[in-house]
Amino acid sequence: MTKNSYIESYCTIKNGVVSLNGTSLFSEATPEFSAFIKQAAKQLDTNYPKFYKMDNLSKLAFLAADILLKNANLSSEKEHNIALLFSNRASSLDTDRKHQNTISDPDNYYPSPSLFVYTLPNISLGEISIKHKLLSENSFFIFERFNANHLHLNSRYLLNNNKAEKTLCGWVDLDENHYEAFLYLVGKNGTINHNTEEITRLYKSP
Amino acid sequence: MSNLKQELKENIIELLNLEEFSVEDINDNDALFGDGLGLDSIDALELMVMLDKDYGIKLTDPKEGKEIFQSIAVLAEYIEKNRTK
Repeated sequence: MTKNSYIESYCTIKNGVVSLNGTSLFSEATPEFSAFIKQAAKQLDTNYPKFYKMDNLSKLAFLAADILLKNANLSSEKEHNIALLFSNRASSLDTDRKHQNTISDPDNYYPSPSLFVYTLPNISLGEISIKHKLLSENSFFIFERFNANHLHLNSRYLLNNNKAEKTLCGWVDLDENHYEAFLYLVGKNGTINHNTEEITRLYKSP
Repeated sequence: MSNLKQELKENIIELLNLEEFSVEDINDNDALFGDGLGLDSIDALELMVMLDKDYGIKLTDPKEGKEIFQSIAVLAEYIEKNRTK
């Protein structure tokens, strides 16, 4: 049975600006992603020491998801059936390169365990799931560009078949200092229809 | 020995990205794992790599790590006795 679903909220992190539902929460003009995301996390009260241990892709995904899930006022005492459907273009290439640098010199061969564990993009989903107690479906897709139709179809499938109460979907792409996150929460309540046109419109909004 | 303890505190904070700690926050006898600095299993592996890379000490038995990584004081004493560089 097809159920009505709505985009309840959305978060964008790009060009030095973090915004929620189109309203800027934080902005910093630094071109360095590491400095930008660190400042953003502090100002937005992330309050999660493990955040600083994550690789840059996970930091980007985690912060966007954390803003949306905190805004949804979910109880921190119970598990939530919120499926995660993420996507990007660069996979974990940024961290893959850093890991490669630690193993490319046979005379200085010291692979870093804390780098190696992030050489898959879906590790970011695990970080979000641990913090927000999500034991739900999750997938991380790699596409050449943002694919609203694929995210929409997967989200509808999960919601219509009672595989999830809500879905947290979107695009989290990072390579060196290029970064772009657009995540949106889909559920039964809201004012924005959940369809490819609206997803694309929100993704393209400044 | 006190220089080595200071060096270990600085290195551990940087290596393990302990953003909320400064050298002054870490006492020589504080537990590194559990209720102390709250390090995890990946941090333990990272410390093993640090021992090899910086001090020429190769740990082959993971149980050894549990003993050595009790605190900065215990770690510094072990390094003093076993370092090859």
